Amino acid sequence: MSTALLIEQLLNGLQFGVMLFLMAAGLTLIFGVMGLINLAHGSLYMVGAFACAAVAAATGSFWLGLAASLAAAAAAGALVEIVVIRRLYERDHLDQVLATFALILIFSEGTRWLFGSFPLYLDIPSALSGAVELPGGARYPLYRLAIIGVGIVVAAGLYMLISKTRLGMRIRAGESDREMIGALGVDIRTLYTVVFALGAALAGLAGALVGALQSVQVGMGEPVLILAFVVIVIGGIGSIKGALIGAILVGLVDTLGRFLLPKLFVAFMGPSQGTTMGAAIASMLIYVVMAFILAFRPRGLFSANA
Amino acid sequence: MRDGVGMTRETAIGLFLVAVLLAFPLVASAMGEPFYITLATRMAVLALAAVGLNVALGLGGLVSFGHAAFFGIGGYVAGILASHAFNQEPIFSTPFAFMGSDRMPVVWLFAMLVSALVALPIGAISLRTSGVYFIMITLAFAQMIYYFAMSWPAYGGEDGLSILSRNTFPGLNTANPLSLFAVCYGLLLVALLVFAVLRDSRFGAALLASRQNATRLAAVGIAPFPVRLAAFVISAAITGLAGALYADLNRFVSPSMLSWQMSGELIVLVILGGTGRLFGPVAGAMLFVMIEFVLGGITERWQFFLGLILLGVVLFARGGLVGVLAGKVRHG
Repeated sequence: MSTALLIEQLLNGLQFGVMLFLMAAGLTLIFGVMGLINLAHGSLYMVGAFACAAVAAATGSFWLGLAASLAAAAAAGALVEIVVIRRLYERDHLDQVLATFALILIFSEGTRWLFGSFPLYLDIPSALSGAVELPGGARYPLYRLAIIGVGIVVAAGLYMLISKTRLGMRIRAGESDREMIGALGVDIRTLYTVVFALGAALAGLAGALVGALQSVQVGMGEPVLILAFVVIVIGGIGSIKGALIGAILVGLVDTLGRFLLPKLFVAFMGPSQGTTMGAAIASMLIYVVMAFILAFRPRGLFSANA
Repeated sequence: MRDGVGMTRETAIGLFLVAVLLAFPLVASAMGEPFYITLATRMAVLALAAVGLNVALGLGGLVSFGHAAFFGIGGYVAGILASHAFNQEPIFSTPFAFMGSDRMPVVWLFAMLVSALVALPIGAISLRTSGVYFIMITLAFAQMIYYFAMSWPAYGGEDGLSILSRNTFPGLNTANPLSLFAVCYGLLLVALLVFAVLRDSRFGAALLASRQNATRLAAVGIAPFPVRLAAFVISAAITGLAGALYADLNRFVSPSMLSWQMSGELIVLVILGGTGRLFGPVAGAMLFVMIEFVLGGITERWQFFLGLILLGVVLFARGGLVGVLAGKVRHG
């Protein structure tokens, strides 16, 4: 195994983690501020990807598509919040799970209705289509590096937004005592809609960015959603810092596990059985990590409301 | 929930639903429409799975988003035992050769046993958490088993495993749809009885109390954790049994039985009927299969409308179908 290959896998893990962070940040923010479990967050990711692919196909510009993905996901998020989600804040988690499960069915089938059952394809923009020389002689796709860059910028931006701006102050106040900030004259309903739309926009951005790496299709959001849940549970629900660390951890563990475990098992069990066994264990690995962490820290690594 | 004299409206509605579920395939059989018998069998099997979930979710308030794990494990137990019996290959040969089985009672026993054994560590870890963490960790465990089934090629992996010849029941021809229905319906009735007995027992009272106020339960000298764990394991065993029947009904088992959508559907069945109600799962399963069948006949986009209906139920019809028909749960 060469160093170059390992570095490539490390970067892949980082890129995957950054993408998970974009999903997990919105999810954890929505849970932290509104106390809502949103299963439909994966649908907003899908909306972003479809908006980007459709607009990019119509205009020929990936960048217009990217802008459209943010706008479409934020708009869909705001609409869903006003029509449905708003009625769920006072309900228990069970009702929230069920209602947002229903939203997934509506979004998925609705998208299939609009765009058909065939996947759409989204090309990597030409400005980012090359590869970069890495130390050690390997070449790594520029686009994936750009995703890592976007993730870092978003993480820094969110940190600034939440710790330095008035909106961020209200979000933090909403997390610790929602009745109090209402009593102090902050319009909570609008604040909730804004937070939901912000989370949705981040999910849409993630969908659009990943859409250029994979095909854009109905059902693409749910596997990512479940991983994002793993991330926020590991990180501590409600904590953006936890989401960032959890996302990177999950991204790295998953990618490196799939890369290294089969090799490790081959050394012990021989090539045919070892590869199968290694791959099977690798696909379960992050869930094992999650169970392990929760067994010792039942509220995650950085619980916001502990 | 019992008023001493006669039966409550809820019980009456429940018994009526159970009678309808029995009458439906009999009428279909008389009219020579075997498809509808299969539809009713599907209702009975899904209702059984939901009765299992209802023990954890309805009585214990444990929102398990991972019950597909047990449903799928039951299914895989049925499929694996049957395939070994069919191919005459031992599953293991030490200390004695175990050749699998195509006998339903044996398959059921193993399905319940394996589901319970898997539920024990899952429950023991998951029940250390609560609220949204519990929902997510049960989901994660189910995903773990799902991905294992997907990537483990010995029993079909992604493609699933066919049961070439349906498992047998002594004295019945299970290839006959009506006989299979009778088997599933009989087990559903037994499970409903078990649920009713559990609910009205000391254990059931402790379980309900652990949902309402765990601290107070601990204060009267009953530790909530073992009560919850027992409920979780019993719940898993019943759902696992349903999984074995479901695999036999379809003569096929695949990772989709373990998927998170399946877990979601099981929750939907319980809530659609009425959480914690004895006959809620029966009502929920009948309604769900009917919606699926009727909408599926009208439009290819039936899931869209199913979503709208579910949303309507959550937002406007709390208490589910039984709740709407029978009114609120009465206490005392």
